[in-house]
Amino acid sequence: MRETFYEVLRKQGVSRRSFLKFCSLTAAALGMGPAMAPRMARALETKPRTPVLWLHGLECTCCTEAFIRSAHPLAKDVILSMISLDYNDTIMAAAGHEAEAIVEEIVRDYPGEYILACEGNPPLNEDGMYCIIGGKPYLDQLRFAASNCKAIISWGSCASWGCVQAARPNPTQAVPIHKVIRDKPIIKVPGCPPIPEVMTAVVTYLATFDRLPELDRQGRPKMFYSQRIHDKCYRRPHFDAGQFVEEWDDDGARKGYCLYKMGCKGPTTYNACSTVRWNGGMSFPIQSGHGCIGCSEDGFWDNGSFYDRLTNIHQFGIEENADDVGLAAAGVVGAAVAAHAGISAIKRMTDKGGE
Amino acid sequence: MSVVTTPNGFKLDRSGKRVVVDPVTRIEGHMRCEVNIDDDNIIRNAVSSGTMWRGLEVILKGRDPRDAWAFTQRICGVCTGTHALTSVRCVEDALGIDIPENANSIRNVMQLCLQVHDHLVHFYHLHALDWVNPVTALKADPKATSELQKAVSPRHPKSSPGYFRDIQNRLLKFVESGQLGPFKNGYWENPAYLLPPEANLMATTHYLEALDFQTRIMKIRTIYGGKDPHPNWMVGGVPCSLNVDEVGAVGAINMERLNFINSIIDRTIDFIDNVYMPDLLAIARFYKGWLYGGGLSGQSVLAYGDIPEHANDYSAKNLLMPTGAIVDGNLKEVHEVDLRDPNEIQEFVPHSWYKYADETKGMHPWDGVTEPNYELGSATKGTRTHIEEIDESGKYSWIKAPRWKGHAMEVGPLARYVVGYAKGHEAITEQINMVLKTLDVPVSALFSTLGRTAARGLEASWCAHLMRHFQDKVIASLKAGDSSTANITQWDPKTWPKEVRGVGFTEAPRGALAHWIKIKDTKIDLYQCIVPTTWNGSPRDNEGNIGAFEASLMNTKVERANEPVEILRTIHSFDPCLACSTHVMSEDGEELATVKVR
Repeated sequence: MRETFYEVLRKQGVSRRSFLKFCSLTAAALGMGPAMAPRMARALETKPRTPVLWLHGLECTCCTEAFIRSAHPLAKDVILSMISLDYNDTIMAAAGHEAEAIVEEIVRDYPGEYILACEGNPPLNEDGMYCIIGGKPYLDQLRFAASNCKAIISWGSCASWGCVQAARPNPTQAVPIHKVIRDKPIIKVPGCPPIPEVMTAVVTYLATFDRLPELDRQGRPKMFYSQRIHDKCYRRPHFDAGQFVEEWDDDGARKGYCLYKMGCKGPTTYNACSTVRWNGGMSFPIQSGHGCIGCSEDGFWDNGSFYDRLTNIHQFGIEENADDVGLAAAGVVGAAVAAHAGISAIKRMTDKGGE
Repeated sequence: MSVVTTPNGFKLDRSGKRVVVDPVTRIEGHMRCEVNIDDDNIIRNAVSSGTMWRGLEVILKGRDPRDAWAFTQRICGVCTGTHALTSVRCVEDALGIDIPENANSIRNVMQLCLQVHDHLVHFYHLHALDWVNPVTALKADPKATSELQKAVSPRHPKSSPGYFRDIQNRLLKFVESGQLGPFKNGYWENPAYLLPPEANLMATTHYLEALDFQTRIMKIRTIYGGKDPHPNWMVGGVPCSLNVDEVGAVGAINMERLNFINSIIDRTIDFIDNVYMPDLLAIARFYKGWLYGGGLSGQSVLAYGDIPEHANDYSAKNLLMPTGAIVDGNLKEVHEVDLRDPNEIQEFVPHSWYKYADETKGMHPWDGVTEPNYELGSATKGTRTHIEEIDESGKYSWIKAPRWKGHAMEVGPLARYVVGYAKGHEAITEQINMVLKTLDVPVSALFSTLGRTAARGLEASWCAHLMRHFQDKVIASLKAGDSSTANITQWDPKTWPKEVRGVGFTEAPRGALAHWIKIKDTKIDLYQCIVPTTWNGSPRDNEGNIGAFEASLMNTKVERANEPVEILRTIHSFDPCLACSTHVMSEDGEELATVKVR
């Protein structure tokens, strides 16, 4: 028996009025404007709930923790009404064989219909036994769960890039999901962790429109990852005016000046922290006085100290996005480009041939 | 097969039927548990195995010590921040950096906020389903549930019959949809669930309420730390500046921000005291005859202490959360713990997937080496990449076995509360006596799975109120004209000595946590963490002592061997964090980078 999101909500006593209000709030959260609300409502009324298998590899569970902190929609409503979260070992009731049976059941009964959400990543060293699930390498579970899925969400920087366990010297040879699963569409939602409301927005988008969001060349949803934190930072006017924090807790720090000289990686980090902000729009790292550490960027652990100043920032328009920077890099590889503000992104693209 | 008695007094018999639980879910990270049960379904042997390893300390070698907090914070996203706090304390200890009083107060607010959030989420979302059966909540009478709610917590406003009827309808339709999501394949027919339907409906309702409410608690850390999980920290203080008077205050922590924090603290205290605590006591009433799971809690417990009242003094008299070690069940004597003494805390690896030159000996963290060595005991059933049954006579876990003066120790809320009770800590003693009296049980009832769960709840309440104390201190300090939040005199590595070492500690939600560092030529030369679940989840040591998880499962009766709800209940009572526990350090990190791609 399959029910649509709307039917489930109605059965759970949610009025049509509340449902429509939910749709317009969610549409607003997704930055889509009021015109999209009726479309969203129509989609949710007619679509069955999508099963989601949420696996954990080598990770720290910050992604699940971030997900449950989402203020809109609340995780409760996502879990009870929007998707069918059939496997997530952090919160699921079942354990052991009963838990593993769920993966088998979904893979068998919902071919091409379920979403595989990956938190963490698989280690390749020691035959994969640095991460063991049910007595076997996590990599086995991952490959099996991916075999019939419709699409994969790579939650966080572990699944998207490798993150902390893949920092030099990467002792377990941990690799991101796209290195081992190559035949499925993958949506990367990087960040350590990603912004809670971005996570639920991506899930809502999938449930609503039944299609993948538009992705940039690195596989990230453009709606959240196409602009640098610096581009929309509320402290940006201080950068432009040359007003910087020079030392922790100095006069500039107390006045909310730009943190560039304290090592802020906002100018090279593509994420929505300065716009969506964190935990229901409460704040974000720069607003609380610490520079951005660039946690949604590939290999951010190995780009020098978090307090090293970015060198040779060259201004370019905020309308340029990661794609443009990447294309420019591919076209004009050279010192002039390497000195560009998008230095880390460019370096990565040129190193890896712009995969 | 013969019965083996361990040095710490447990009789192990592996002749009975073997039951395997892998993965153990509703924990952080990955673990496996195997037990042998006799003909009466009583657990006679227990084996716990940490099944993940990431090598973070190898990765830290050669890095800037001021960055270490961010790396170690990623050890765990559930107890997020506690590793970061431990790390900045560790670096400050090594370099002799004093932090301002405001920084100490703000760090305490953040740490206490984590304790409250972590305990609340653990109770409702990781642990409750071991005691509460949401499926039978469908049979509850909403009116009777409302009466129960008003009786156990008269001050909680959401208590009308209509409210519970709505929730019940929502649950009913959810169950009828056939897509049970996270509740799928639970042991809902198992007689080990003892609550009446009304208590199940009340607790399930609060499962949902708590899931909503917990999003608010961490806003406190988002204001001070910029985001959560994984807020920002800083060696020498806190990164957030305070400004309530001057130009630019809107860009810093200002009056509006402080007010916001104040209001959340009030609401948090309200939720903990009017929802969490009453639920805990209500559920405990029905399970107070189920006093399994004591394990090491009545004999060997360890706490480092935490929450310094004043900045920069980490001695016992200045720590509001108690410190000390109790061994051999002698509550009359609480020993001092010295994290620097090479003979007190040592890690052993004869049953862990690591290699020492001499595995009969333990190593203090400052002298520690770790070389991964994945090999299985000769009696293992299955293969190297498909373990069916562990051979615990060989190596069987990615967790090392830390010992205090040779003793396997339990850490965590119950350990802290036992130490506090033994030392006559006023608030803790009062709380414990209240619970014992309310439930009409003797002190011995404390040493159980239920005692562990109760201690966590009591601690959540204590921490919530203490959060108010430190937030008030920030305000008082501002009133007195002190708004300093950082000491930058030793921020520049050029000011550092050539070689130093340090140790930092906290009480993480799951128990005693410490980091050890050696800094050489301004870079990290050695970094070592011993974390709560390393203590609790430790495998056997060189003497054959079993760890706290293993000890706690011993002699428990299970209702159904194929539905190990009792095993989950007791393991969950520790709130395991496996990503934390399976750490490693090596002097020669490079060697570990040999790559073998499958």
